[in-house]
Amino acid sequence: MKQYETIIGLEVHVELATRTKIFCGCSTAFGGAPNTHTCPVCTGMPGSLPVLNKKVVEFALRAGLATNCSINQYCKFDRKNYFYPDNPQNYQISQLYLPICHDGFVEIETEAGKKKVRIHEMHMEEDAGKLIHDEWEDCSLVDYNRSGVPLIEIVSEPDMRSADEVIAYLEKLRCTMQYLGVSDCKLQEGSMRADVNLSVRVAGSDTLGTRTEMKNLNSFKAIAHAIEGERERQIELLEMGRSVTQETRRWDDNKESSHAMRSKEDAKDYRYFPDPDLPPIHISDEWIARIKGELPEFREEKADRYQSEFGLPEYDSQILTESRHLAALFEEVATLCGNPKKAANWFMVEVLRLMKDKGVEAEKVRFTPQHLADLLTMVDKKEVSPQNAKKVFEKVFDEDIDPVAYVEEHGLKILEDTGLLNSTIHRILNENPGPLSELLGGKEKVMGFFVGQIMKEMKGKANPASVREALMAEVEKRK
Amino acid sequence: MAKQIDDETMENVCILAKLSLTEEEKEKAKKDMQEMLDYVDKLDELDTSGVEPMSHIFGDDNVFREDVVTNGDNSEAMLANAPKAKEGQYQVPKTIG
Repeated sequence: MKQYETIIGLEVHVELATRTKIFCGCSTAFGGAPNTHTCPVCTGMPGSLPVLNKKVVEFALRAGLATNCSINQYCKFDRKNYFYPDNPQNYQISQLYLPICHDGFVEIETEAGKKKVRIHEMHMEEDAGKLIHDEWEDCSLVDYNRSGVPLIEIVSEPDMRSADEVIAYLEKLRCTMQYLGVSDCKLQEGSMRADVNLSVRVAGSDTLGTRTEMKNLNSFKAIAHAIEGERERQIELLEMGRSVTQETRRWDDNKESSHAMRSKEDAKDYRYFPDPDLPPIHISDEWIARIKGELPEFREEKADRYQSEFGLPEYDSQILTESRHLAALFEEVATLCGNPKKAANWFMVEVLRLMKDKGVEAEKVRFTPQHLADLLTMVDKKEVSPQNAKKVFEKVFDEDIDPVAYVEEHGLKILEDTGLLNSTIHRILNENPGPLSELLGGKEKVMGFFVGQIMKEMKGKANPASVREALMAEVEKRK
Repeated sequence: MAKQIDDETMENVCILAKLSLTEEEKEKAKKDMQEMLDYVDKLDELDTSGVEPMSHIFGDDNVFREDVVTNGDNSEAMLANAPKAKEGQYQVPKTIG
């Protein structure tokens, strides 16, 4: 069999995290009762007039500038005409002729090193409503809460060659959008959606094969499987001497296969034309300069800085910068407690463990940085045992309690009361004559048993090192 | 010369616009559309090289609103416009997709 190369380009829809819809003052909140976030504009009532949400333009500019795009300083909206019940106007307001951003790129990490994926264009548009099939009456039900929610569509050049590169590109986009605060990019909730354009060609050829477009991919796993499946399907056709038909295919995640939705012959003629209801947009140099000035420090720069400024290993700095929110929290704790490595370890072990156990997303983690810093300082000074510190931190994580007050109130502070420690040591040694004679006979292993017993009696309020020291002194005396 | 509106074009326009016309209506529409295209032909006689295509007749630009929620729950009033509704949703013929 011949060697084939896979050529992939992506159309990614990202739902913008604005409070209101793109052309009306309806809420964009996810999960409202059906049609409670609708008005005459987003349900396409005759005579209603759309007015553009300024934040949508700002978010699109941020996304474009962060992905090295050029800006069309004069841009406008067009109508894309089609009939479907999820689209009450019978046209979608989108941008065809003058999209807001064009000709950018992002860099992804691949096995062969860094690689650029070019962005053809990025445009603003409105989302459609949601259709649910009603089994009882064999009809469809429409909820227009999502109708008019702002989207940006990011169209890449066909620069990707494997499922791994596609996932790396999507992860890069997601991380960038989250750092920018323009979208939460959740595939499962549909705030990030990807359509995959794929063709194959004999390796070494420089003409593109006929491509298909795959829709309905809502997880990274589905995307990877769909790419593998479609690659094999197309190669099989070519090997049999048949040709690939240009068509849109729908991925079925349960069956792990795709089927044709529509082919080019009956492809829709969208009859785009400029939307007369929406005046054009002029984006001034000042506006662009302001947005540029407001761009945050991105993940790569941040990770580099953690290595140079905090002396953290690359691995740690990668993990800590995955979420901008968590990274900000870490930085404050690191600075306040003056021990970045200790703070990093605590985040990578305790914070991540609690997030996983309790199902808390990075963006939802809320505690006062000073509280964790205080706790780490107490551990450092051996005022609280590491075991108890974990328990106290769970309280900080859940309820943001003040750990200093909590440790005092719950008697968790390690006592410097040598009197109590010594009397406990005496008691435990006397209560266990058997192990004691073994210890006196030189059996070092029994030390651990005694330290454990004493720690238990002290209820964690003593630190193991001083227990061991005091115990050794006492044993020496008894020898 | 302008494109001729033949039966096939007429058929396609009807599909795109979701119209079902009688033969008589079709003939009338064909004639109307032909006249429109012929008129565009007439306009084409003007030399418009160097003239920017116009998309809007008013000189306005940058008409924005702030990102503030101004609408509450209008679902009852909105659904009153629906020919059929069920459980707070618009009821439409079965749609596959």
